[in-house]
Amino acid sequence: MDLQERFAAGDLEAFEVLFRQHQKHVYAWIVRIVRDSGIAEDLTVETFWRIHKSRARFNPDGNFGAWAYRIATNTALDHLRKKRPETELPNDLAGHPNPDSAVQRETRDQIRQAFNRLPAKYRLVATLALIEEEPYDKIASAVGISSSLVKVRLFRAVRMLRKQLSSLQVRTPNHERK
Amino acid sequence: MNENDHKDLRDLLKQNIAPVTHTELRRDLWPQMLRRLDQQQPVRVPWFDWALAAVAAAALVLFPGVIPALLYHL
Repeated sequence: MDLQERFAAGDLEAFEVLFRQHQKHVYAWIVRIVRDSGIAEDLTVETFWRIHKSRARFNPDGNFGAWAYRIATNTALDHLRKKRPETELPNDLAGHPNPDSAVQRETRDQIRQAFNRLPAKYRLVATLALIEEEPYDKIASAVGISSSLVKVRLFRAVRMLRKQLSSLQVRTPNHERK
Repeated sequence: MNENDHKDLRDLLKQNIAPVTHTELRRDLWPQMLRRLDQQQPVRVPWFDWALAAVAAAALVLFPGVIPALLYHL
């Protein structure tokens, strides 16, 4: 019996091997979505807990990594849904090299607030596509939707964001050109 | 629509919400995973306890007269 078959049959040692093989990738994916290392660690454990719980549904011939990414994305999405939209966008892992002026800081806060107000499923796609620049097909596979639907969600997220920024009187470069 | 669309907004967002650069896991999460697995283990009742409970229930049904005596001794 190979590793994945043993995992699907409930073997804890096989689960440990798979956990150790994939924890770094799962964490790296989640941290890009939630942007907080502590929360990402907790959600990584939650992801593997869900994986362990649904092991009987896993096809041992399937791709464990892709399955883990899908569950990780859903776990992160559940977290985004639970989190109040007013809370500050965690950003402890991305430094801003230049010190801000008060005006720049205010603009930055407004942009983050507008981004935070996006519904979770749109924020997820916008974060991965626009900020992290992940390819559409990778996002599609992780979210469990088609690439076309990723584009639709991104289009809607951009439209909502432009509307919010416009109401906050934040100008995008495109807006300035018009 | 392609991946180059929304470039203006992408640039604006990246100036204000920088991409995550530190994505490496700083510690092994397996010990935390084990604790989580232990916490969520359903309580297992040994088969002998189930047998004892069944015998007690059967005794109460077959000999209801023992109920007052049992209550008296509790």
